[in-house]
This record gives sequence, C-alpha cells and structure tokens, in this order.
Amino acid sequence: MKAQKPVRPKHSGAARPDGVVLFGERELQTAIATVLRIANSAGVAETEVHIEEVADSLTRFANNAIHQNVAEHGLTISVRTVVDGRTARATTNRIDEHSLRGAIDASLSLAHSQPRDPRLLPLPGVQRYRPVKRFVPATAGATPLDRARAVKQACDLAVKRGQNAAGIFATGQSQSAIGNSRGLFAAYRETHAEFSVTMQEAPAASWAKANAADVRDLATQALAARASDKAHRATNAVELPPGRYTVILEPSAVLDLVGFLFYDFAATALQDKRSCLNDRMGTQLFGKNITIYDDAYHRLQMGASFDGEGIPRQRVLLVDRGVPKNLVYARTTAKAARKKPTGHGFALPNEYGEAPMNLVFSGGDSSVENMIASTDRGLLVTRLWYIREVDPYEKIMTGMTRDGLFLVEKGKVTSAVRNFRFNQSILEMLRNVELLGPAVRATGEEAFEMVIPAMKVRNFHLSEVTKF
Amino acid sequence: MWDLSTQALDTARIRGATYADVRMMHLRQRDLTTKNGQVGTLAQSESIGLGIRVLASGAWGFASTDRLTGPGVSACAAQAVSIAKASAIAKRKEVVMASEKAYVDSWQSPFRKDPFEIPLESQIALLLAADGEMRKVQGVTLTETGMQFRKIDSWFSSSIGSRIHQRKMITGCGISATAFQGEEIQKRSYPNSFGGQHALQGYELVESLDLVGHAPRIAEEAVALHSATQCPQINGTLILGGSQLGLQIHESVGHPIELDRVLGEEANFAGTSFLTLDQLNNLRYGSDIVNVVADARSDHGHGLGTFAYDDEGVPAQCTHIIKDGQFRGYLSNRETAHLIGLERSSGTMRTESWNRLPIIRMTNISLLPGTWALADLLADTDDGIFMDTNRSWSIDDRRYQFQFSTEIAWDIKNGKRMRMLKNPSYSGITTEFWNSCDAICNAKEWTLWGTPNCGKGQPMQTMGTGHGASPSRFRKVNIGAAFAKQ
Repeated sequence: MKAQKPVRPKHSGAARPDGVVLFGERELQTAIATVLRIANSAGVAETEVHIEEVADSLTRFANNAIHQNVAEHGLTISVRTVVDGRTARATTNRIDEHSLRGAIDASLSLAHSQPRDPRLLPLPGVQRYRPVKRFVPATAGATPLDRARAVKQACDLAVKRGQNAAGIFATGQSQSAIGNSRGLFAAYRETHAEFSVTMQEAPAASWAKANAADVRDLATQALAARASDKAHRATNAVELPPGRYTVILEPSAVLDLVGFLFYDFAATALQDKRSCLNDRMGTQLFGKNITIYDDAYHRLQMGASFDGEGIPRQRVLLVDRGVPKNLVYARTTAKAARKKPTGHGFALPNEYGEAPMNLVFSGGDSSVENMIASTDRGLLVTRLWYIREVDPYEKIMTGMTRDGLFLVEKGKVTSAVRNFRFNQSILEMLRNVELLGPAVRATGEEAFEMVIPAMKVRNFHLSEVTKF
Repeated sequence: MWDLSTQALDTARIRGATYADVRMMHLRQRDLTTKNGQVGTLAQSESIGLGIRVLASGAWGFASTDRLTGPGVSACAAQAVSIAKASAIAKRKEVVMASEKAYVDSWQSPFRKDPFEIPLESQIALLLAADGEMRKVQGVTLTETGMQFRKIDSWFSSSIGSRIHQRKMITGCGISATAFQGEEIQKRSYPNSFGGQHALQGYELVESLDLVGHAPRIAEEAVALHSATQCPQINGTLILGGSQLGLQIHESVGHPIELDRVLGEEANFAGTSFLTLDQLNNLRYGSDIVNVVADARSDHGHGLGTFAYDDEGVPAQCTHIIKDGQFRGYLSNRETAHLIGLERSSGTMRTESWNRLPIIRMTNISLLPGTWALADLLADTDDGIFMDTNRSWSIDDRRYQFQFSTEIAWDIKNGKRMRMLKNPSYSGITTEFWNSCDAICNAKEWTLWGTPNCGKGQPMQTMGTGHGASPSRFRKVNIGAAFAKQ
C-alpha cells in the first residue's frame, strides 16, 4: 500500500508499554477540522464527521484456565455529506489524506445516487452539553497480568471446590467525537470493566456478572464465590410441571427481558406502527409501581451525553406509575411530531430513528431475601437466556431460565429446579409485579445495561421444561 | 501486505512465540435500505488491519492493530506475546496442535457481477420499485427493503510457512411488509426474514430473486394474516419450508457440534452442548433418512460458509455430521482435533475481522436432499401444518429444548394446502425432533440458505453460515405452545 500523509492525530502523551493512551480532545478537534477542510475544498455544502477510538482487552477462561486472551486498538473516521436534500455516510479506518478524500467522495457518490429526501434537515449548529465523567485511569491502565491474576484466583476457587470456572475479565477505554461544518463539536470518553463468571458443578452451573467504569468496583472474587455457591446449590435439580408460577427475578433476569421494550419508546417505531405502544400511550398499561426514565446522567449509567447528530441527551420520563407518557425523538421525528428532539437519535442516515439507551427503573425497598421470605410457593430465577420476540404487539417473549433456578416454598429456598422455557408477555408481567428491589446497575447478555430492580412477579408463564 | 505479516511473525518469534499466525484483512461493505418508499440507510465502509495470534510459554495471546506500519505491527506482535505470557500464569495444560501442511495459495469466490460496480442508482431504483409494489396493497403499514454487499480480502500467514490470500464477495437482499390492525402486527418477508437471502455471490443473486415480482404476494399475505385462523395447539404432523429448516439445522445441529462448546470453552456465554464426547458414533441423532454434512468446499455451493482455507490455514473440507441418522462428527480446529481422535483439524476456524480471534464456527451445515417432490409430500400428508419463514427462534444453552415461530402456516388436509394460519409455532427436544423426520424433499427443492448474523465468542463475533435444506416432514411435533393461554 502506498504511504500517504497521515491525518491521524498525534498522541500528546507517551503510550504505556502495556496500555494505550487515547487521543486528546484537542487532537480529535484537529482531526475533525482537517476532514471538514478537505470536504469544504471539495465543494461539499455540509459535512459531519464522527471519530470512534476503541482500545479493549479481554481475558477469557474456561476449564479453570485462560484459553483466549485478546487486545484490540482501532480508530475509525466516518463522514456524512449533505447535498441538495440528500445524505449518505462513508466510514474508513485508513487515516491518510488520500483515503479520507476517498471517503468523502464515496459519501458524495452515495448521496447523489438517491432521490431527494424532503424530510432531511440541515445539520445542527453548536450545542451545549452537560459534562459526564466516566473515564477512570485505573481501568485504562489495567494490564493482562492484572486480569490474569484475578482470573487465576477464581479458577483456584473452582479447583478447590471441585468445580469448573469459565468467564471473562475485560477492561478497556473508548471515545467518540462528532463535529460538523456548522461548528458543532462534542466528545466523550469512558472506561469499562466487566467480570463474568460461570461455575459448573456437573450437571449444574451458576453465574454472576458485573460491569463498571472503574475496575476497582468489580468484586471479582465475591462474584466468583457467589456463582460457586449457587452452582453447588443448583445440583440435584427436580423437575416441576410447566404452568404459571410466582417468580422472583434477579436484576439480570429482569434486565434481559424488559430490555426488549426499549425500542418501543422510539417515536419512529410508533410512526412505523411497529411499537407495542401504538394506541396505548397515556393508558394504564403497566402496574402503578412501574416508573421508567431514560437518563444518561444517572450515576450508575454509562454512555455519551449526546446522540448520533450531536444533540444533547435529555432525561425523559417514559412511564409514570404504569402509564406510558413520553417517547424519545431524533430531530427528524421530532419535527414531524412537532416536538423537541430529546437527543436519542442514531447516526444518520438510518431507518430506525432513535431509541432510549439509558433506561432507569424506579425501584422499591424489598430485597431478594425479603421476596423469598414473602413467597409461599415460587421460583427464584438467576438469569434468562436466548430471549426472542414471539408477538411484537402483546410483547410475548420466549426464552429459557439458565444457571440457577430454585424452588421457594414457605419463604425458603428448598431445592434446585430443572430449567423452563417461558412464553410471557412483558406487558402482562409489568402489570403483575408484586415487589420491587432497589434499582441497581444490572448486566446480562441480551440487553444494554440498565438501572433496574429485582422483581417478584405473579403468574409468570413457564410453558415447557428442558432436560437439565 | 506480506512484508508486514512477515515482520509481525519475526517479532513474535524473537519475543519467544513458538507458533504464530497473522491475518491481515481488508473489509469493504455497502448497505442500502428503503422504508415506506424512502431511502433509509445508505452507507459504505471499509476497515483494514492486522491481527496476530501467538503461542508463548504454552499459552495463547492475540493482539490487533490498524497501524499498518513496521513499528505498528511489531508493537502489536510484541503485545500478543506479552499477553500470552500473562495467560500462562493460569494455564492447566500444554496446547497440542494437530499437524498441518504449509500452503501458498490464492483463491477468490466465484461471482459474475461485482455489486460494487453496479450503478447505485439502479440498485436503489430496484429497492424502491419493490417497496412501491408492497405499498400498493391496502392494509400494509410498513414496507422495508435492503441490499448488503461485502468484499473481504484476507492474507493469512503463519510461522509454519503458509501464505494464503482469499477474496470473498458476499451479497444479500430481501424485502418485507408489515401490517398493523386492531391489536396485532403481522409481517411477511421474501426470500427470508431478517434481511433475506445471503450468499457468496455477486449481484447475480439479487437479479435471480425477482424482489419486485414477489412484492405484491408478500404484502397481500401480511394483510391476509389478520383474518387467518390462529394456529392450533396440538401434537401433530409438521412440514417445514426450507429456510425455516435451515435455521432449525443451525440451532439444533450446527451449534451443538462445535467442539469448543462441547469442551466447555463457551460455557460462560454461548453455552455448552448435549453432545458430550461419549455420544460420538453412539447417538442416534435422527431418523435413518437424516444426513447432515459440514461442507466448506466450493462444490457444496455458494454458501456463507464456503472458503478455500479456514482462518487457521487448514483447507476446506466436508465432514459427515449425521450419517443415516447416526452422530458421526464435530467441528474441530487444530487445537481440539486430537481430543476426538483426529490427526487433522476439520477446518472450521473463522474470524469476523482482523481484530478478532478465529474460533470454531459453522461452515455450511446442510441437510442432504431426500427423495420427495414437494407436491408428492403434501399429497401424502392427510393432516398436518406447513410452516414457513422464521419469526422467532430460541434454544437452551445445551441445545436440547427449542422453540421456533414462523411468519405463516397453512393447514394440510387430505393432501391439499388449505386455510392460512397465523402465529404458528413449534417446539421440542432436538434428538426427538430429528428422529421424527420421515420425509425430506429432493435436490430440486434444496436451497443453500445464508444466515448472516450468527453471534458467538467474547468479544462477540458475527459470522455468516450456510444451511442447505429442502422442505421436510416431522411427526408428533408439539405445535402452538408459544401462544397457548394457560
């Protein structure tokens, strides 16, 4: 490949031997200005530039040993041009002037190839942002040895208890910046750390997981011990008949299920008539104990304070005591609905519009232990798995219980239970919530992290049973 | 390209790696969508970089970079070795790799028309024409169309001397119509749901599918579903269309035969498998007529799992997975082959991109054709339900219990297709289901379907897999449980 003059910003600080130092905000501004200059010299009327930089590492273990251990570092520049009511995007990670000119040309070529879009808005101008601090140097500086030592401790625990440990310990940092030819500029950086562990004690298994901006907030060995204890209790599972059960859903189980609701609050989803909220806004759809916000500024949330067009994110009350009250809007959908944009738009062009990405439930004051104590007969659910939508309007979801399902009788956990398949309407479920725990930052595998409580739910539909 | 790869390999060796392989990849992609008569997504992207996997101190490390300079790739290789040495503090055994020859080769997937050379205006015009045909049907409330093209170049080199360049051209397209009425949303898609058909082909795939011609039927069916009868809850005879059967194969055969799952390496995320090592050559997986292969060779067709070499430098192969109903084989790599008594990997290591580690993945996992003409199969069915086009899919983490729902179904009565049924679903236990198969349609009905969105690994990787299937019949299946009121 022919060498080209680099546009890639130069580091203001030296990279650590075992880590990566992300580019500084001034360097990102300079890089964006360079792209805008090139586009301007090419006669482009309006241009928007995104820069994404990721430096992630992940240590993966199974069978009580590290079997995969990876690191990546990359930077992409994405260019959106707007010409005569048409827009398109081109993205590249080749950060030389020739390649960036190529991306601008590609974006223009794509834009010119389509009919005019009468809904397309001019680029937004300068915005003001509320600062969020989610970058922790201790996380950015975590090394492969740091992760390996923690993993070894978890594996040693498994060996000591005759179990088999599997999981990940990931740390990383990322940043995104957006700028446009009308002077808008926004930048965000964060660190992220995640520890997930499955302890297997044949034929059972259990699981625990957490993530945070600060790696020091991850109690890795406590998580390993918790999964280990539950795996031991999950052996000798009994088979129960399918049916309607009272369930106590731990926060990860709630998260992965109700996470499928998030796109229904997009104004575009209602305009397209594919939201379960069509004809239901303002009605008592859920129980009065359900209140949901989208709040990018919540202390337990992560993510940028601006959307894909650089519009500041607003805190939005989505559900007020069981009544869906508000939607989130990108600029285009806001204009069509005569509303103000809420700062939830995806990068343009796209057909999905927007979505709330920082859901926060108002919790209650009932601990999982209290929920168990108050239950005459029910099931304690650690985690749900492979959840898919069966009916988009009634919001019936199917999936499996996984990694620790327990029978609760007369206020106590009495035995492990074989896993069930469920077919359950989320709408019905959120009408049947009897108790709520405190809202915590929960993480699962099917949905974005949310601030969400454990829930005790009556009449949860478990339709079939599996072999373990 | 090769100079930088060689530099990375040399650095790894000097730093203490006993084995290393490098993948430099250049990925180009174009996405076009329309919605309700307007262009939706219109985007193009490219990504180029290098990933190096090393074995040092008896453990694995991997690092990747987009800094394709001498210092950039050397730093990346050194980082990979450093990571491997950290891995070694939590290792339990030495890695044993099956032997493999060194190959110097170049291969390109066959295609007739480069989609990146087809004028964008004509591609958009075709999508808008299909979109327009669907919107003509009264009652349709949402129309969507899309095309996706990918061109992937990879340069693989390894410390045993392989140098392999491969170029793959991938094309996908599809349309869908949605109708919201009363308290129901119904949807129909063509030629398949979730983006349509995807294959290792050029623009000729788009031209062969006649999206505009099928648009009115799809839209009419979406509306007609609102007045269709609810699929009953019964235990009965089920006939699956080819695309739905392709996904059934993917979930209930393809994933459980991945040897990394079997060995517990995916236990924390994707799960494990009921196909423990003692089941090999002992388990009756399906009825006598069930024959499944994992075939990555070009001879099998232009599937998303077709290649000349896997991302570990092992040539494409055909492995019998189920032969005459008996379980015969797993998907393996160089590290796991010896655990099932093989001297050589079955060649299934694949990576999404330069910044991801290759892992065991499905290639083309296909149910071989049977003998029935579809018309004869329907005529031979006194009482059954024909289901087509996937709507939802779910299976437990050991791949026993599954549930699928489809967009549409029809009653089969006395050998004839009768009334339309809405909200169809079926469920079961994997081996019970495959053992209930009593008829498989012939090669004329067989299509190599593409599943472009298979997720696996941590960090997550998305991979395209192929699944050849023809409509097939299953007896005593649990039908309708997803919508059961209890």
